Amino acid sequence: MTDFTALSVRQLVRGYAAGDFTARQVTESYLDAIREKDTAFGAYLTVTGELALAQADAADSARGREAALPPLAGVPMGVKDNICTQGVRTTCASRMLEDFIPPYSATVLNRLKGAVMLGKLNMDEFAMGSTTESSYFHPTRNPVDTGRVPGGSSGGSAAAVAAGEAAFALGSDTGGSIRQPAAFCGVVGMKPTYGSVSRYGLIAFASSLDQIGPITRDVFDNALVLESLVGPDPRDATSVDCGSVHFTQRLDEGVRGMAMALPVDLLGDGVDEPVRRAILDAAQRYAQLGAEIVEVSMPTLRHALPAYYVISSAEASSNLARFDGVRYGHRAADYRSMEELYRASRSEGFGDEVKRRILLGTFALSAGYYDAYYKKALQVRTLIIQEFNRIFERCPVILSPVAPTTAYRLGEKLDDPLQMYMGDVFTVPANIAGLPAMSLPCGQDGDGLPIGLGLLGKPFDEATLYRAAYALEQSGPYGGLAGKGA
Amino acid sequence: MAQSYEMVVGLEVHIELKTQTKIFCGCPTTFGAEPNTQCCPVCTGMPGALPVLNRQVVDYAVKAGLATHCAIAPYSKQDRKNYFYPDLPKAYQISQYDLPLCLNGYLDIESPGGVKRVGITRIHIEEDAGKLIHDPQLGTLIDCNRCGVPLIEIVSAPDIRSAQEAVSYLKKLRAIILYTGISDCRMNEGSMRCDVNLSVRPAGTDMLGTRTEIKNLNSFQFVQKAIESEYQRQVEALTQGEAIVQQTRRFDPASGTTFSMRAKEDANDYRYFPDPDLPPILTSQEQIDRLQAQIPMLPDQRKALYMEQYGLSSLASETLVTDAQTADYFEKAAALCRYPRLLGNLITTEAYRLMDAEEADIPIQPLHMAALADLLGEESISFSTAKRALTELWQTDQDPRTWVQDHDLMQINDPAQLIPTVEAVLAQEARLAERYRSGKANALQALTGKALAATGGKGNPAVLQRLLKERL
Repeated sequence: MTDFTALSVRQLVRGYAAGDFTARQVTESYLDAIREKDTAFGAYLTVTGELALAQADAADSARGREAALPPLAGVPMGVKDNICTQGVRTTCASRMLEDFIPPYSATVLNRLKGAVMLGKLNMDEFAMGSTTESSYFHPTRNPVDTGRVPGGSSGGSAAAVAAGEAAFALGSDTGGSIRQPAAFCGVVGMKPTYGSVSRYGLIAFASSLDQIGPITRDVFDNALVLESLVGPDPRDATSVDCGSVHFTQRLDEGVRGMAMALPVDLLGDGVDEPVRRAILDAAQRYAQLGAEIVEVSMPTLRHALPAYYVISSAEASSNLARFDGVRYGHRAADYRSMEELYRASRSEGFGDEVKRRILLGTFALSAGYYDAYYKKALQVRTLIIQEFNRIFERCPVILSPVAPTTAYRLGEKLDDPLQMYMGDVFTVPANIAGLPAMSLPCGQDGDGLPIGLGLLGKPFDEATLYRAAYALEQSGPYGGLAGKGA
Repeated sequence: MAQSYEMVVGLEVHIELKTQTKIFCGCPTTFGAEPNTQCCPVCTGMPGALPVLNRQVVDYAVKAGLATHCAIAPYSKQDRKNYFYPDLPKAYQISQYDLPLCLNGYLDIESPGGVKRVGITRIHIEEDAGKLIHDPQLGTLIDCNRCGVPLIEIVSAPDIRSAQEAVSYLKKLRAIILYTGISDCRMNEGSMRCDVNLSVRPAGTDMLGTRTEIKNLNSFQFVQKAIESEYQRQVEALTQGEAIVQQTRRFDPASGTTFSMRAKEDANDYRYFPDPDLPPILTSQEQIDRLQAQIPMLPDQRKALYMEQYGLSSLASETLVTDAQTADYFEKAAALCRYPRLLGNLITTEAYRLMDAEEADIPIQPLHMAALADLLGEESISFSTAKRALTELWQTDQDPRTWVQDHDLMQINDPAQLIPTVEAVLAQEARLAERYRSGKANALQALTGKALAATGGKGNPAVLQRLLKERL
């Protein structure tokens, strides 16, 4: 039997159109792969096999009857478990929502109508973390090296794609949660411009930073999936109409004459040598492809990390207050008063990292501290946006590492949250400024672990990022999935 | 002599807006539906659900602002007020903190010293919470139907100095809101609720004392009683040398007193911050102009018209216009009446005495009320007969002329008919007559009363008095 899991999204879409195979065949192939491999990787929290086969059959039978099918009809995907799926439990990898079955589906799932959902993917609890080790259920292992973490918080999404357990996956990115696991697992991840993809149904971590985006095996697939995801949503007041979304059409126009900023001050201490070298190599490769590499410095970006932790924790403290054991989610067995019901349910339902952020955020918003923390963080946000705008006057793309290191060993960062927070230094600026940013495999370290190149663009200019990423991807093997021949 | 204290009162009034749908979702706002039948993932705070502002809420709030002379903010935002309570599904209420929609308005009330202006500090929009139902068997139940019903909160300046002024302010505010059509303002259904902030200070001083807040008063009477009793409590405390503690209190209708709910040190730190799910509210001048054009004639304009057109007093006009339904009634009757000023007085004094305190409905056809005022105006009946007739008509709506004739209560205005009675009274009451002559002016009143009684109440008192005077 053919293994359809090796095919890209683009190949699946073409194969379906040509009648080469059916969605049921492909879906069965993926369900087999999950059964075989996922005990080792732990990418999935819930596998929805029956639902997937029913959706596959629906796609196959619609293909016979309907002229215009959704672009991703019949393509099997995995969905991060903080995206609400009607009738399918959505846990945020938390004990708090262990048995929560949403009464409605997120807008992105309606946009992907026709696609086949294989299941829900593991993550750090409430998307707080960089290793997927804070999942209440189990850690996910990096398919490249199972002794390593897949990154996080969308670690299940990146691992599923890297392991061939989904043709693509949805992740969410609040401070790098799509890009860093994509880098660690050697796949392609995009955090779109804030407002371009509806957040309705995404269980909020930090509302002003969260975005849903695709994780795929290659750049074309990523552009193809994002085309389906973007668009204004009347249910999300922060969503906007971002105009033309034909990201796949101009992919091959190359980078000749394109100015690319390289913030050299970000490549100093704290960046592992193999990562630094891979980024500089990528820049050089771009120069060979005709791009103009402009060395810049972005001194304000070093303030992005503290600002991010203040803003994201503050919003999280408010967003996660609804998990009080009253209407849904975990409720403590023993309580004698309302206060106790709240305290016990939340103490039992949330893990340490989530509690840490709630406490940080509550403190930052408290009377007497608001101005010193939250308000100051918003001011830093404005400065960072100004700094980006200064660079964008000349360069539509900024290159940087995604993470200062390659994938950590399991357990390596567990006892040192501050060290783990430092790993977000390259990814949070895009969330702070609301910019589109992606992670593209660009090499590997001495242990064969993937390295990700970060590409950052102007608001709603995903097309240029895809064009640049595609050019590099096409220029030669890079040790990501393509390089390993996976 | 004991120190005299002045009260300083500011009111916070919550009014539910009469929009078809809730403030952040498409659920209906109908009052009285079966519990939890008018809610969705958004208003029950389901994970991942997001609020989208209902623009009509902004329009209605702007109307409230325009009708109370507020400035409308071109840029305003919504903030989260964070606290845990089972009736608040998201554990935060979306409200407005430092940039409310409407600012710096006022409204005018009638007070013993004449027209008084009470400042309105701000009007902001927010969402209502759900309702907790305490069932002895089942425990505490939550009805989310009210979650997300749009509210405006109208905050007055601390300009109010008596319980009566507070009630006048509330009645005027309700009238204005009812005229704009943005709310039913039904206090018994909770669509208008009032919090009182009250402090006292030595009369004649300018400093502000420590205030207490009395929450959730749902009738004018409770507002009045709560203010009176809280004023007494604070004055007594100060007189005994005790300090006032800043705290939230509740009014107990049974005892007519207030009791402490929580002190300031137990108070929540609401951790207000701008709601990242909601973009700022931008209001253009064109939008304001459009809404201004939709506002009908307001109570004060109508009041000025009554004073000018019908010669009504300021107080009677205020009383009439404060209730649009009564004002409409008055206008219908006035169109059929030759004595609108008397008609106005008849309604605002005698008819109001017969009405239920807060449900104004006059069960008499305007035509009959007009006829009654005409009878009075043309001196066909005395004022006491008019009062009797009104009480009768209240029960059996009928033509007052027929009733007066049937009961032989037409006033006797002809002096020729009254002279014999007058002379008989003077003969009988020689001592009263003597007292009058010796300078006791009030003896004339007593004599008039005797003469009126001798006519069976039908004699015209003014004519009787004139005839008596001529003979004394």
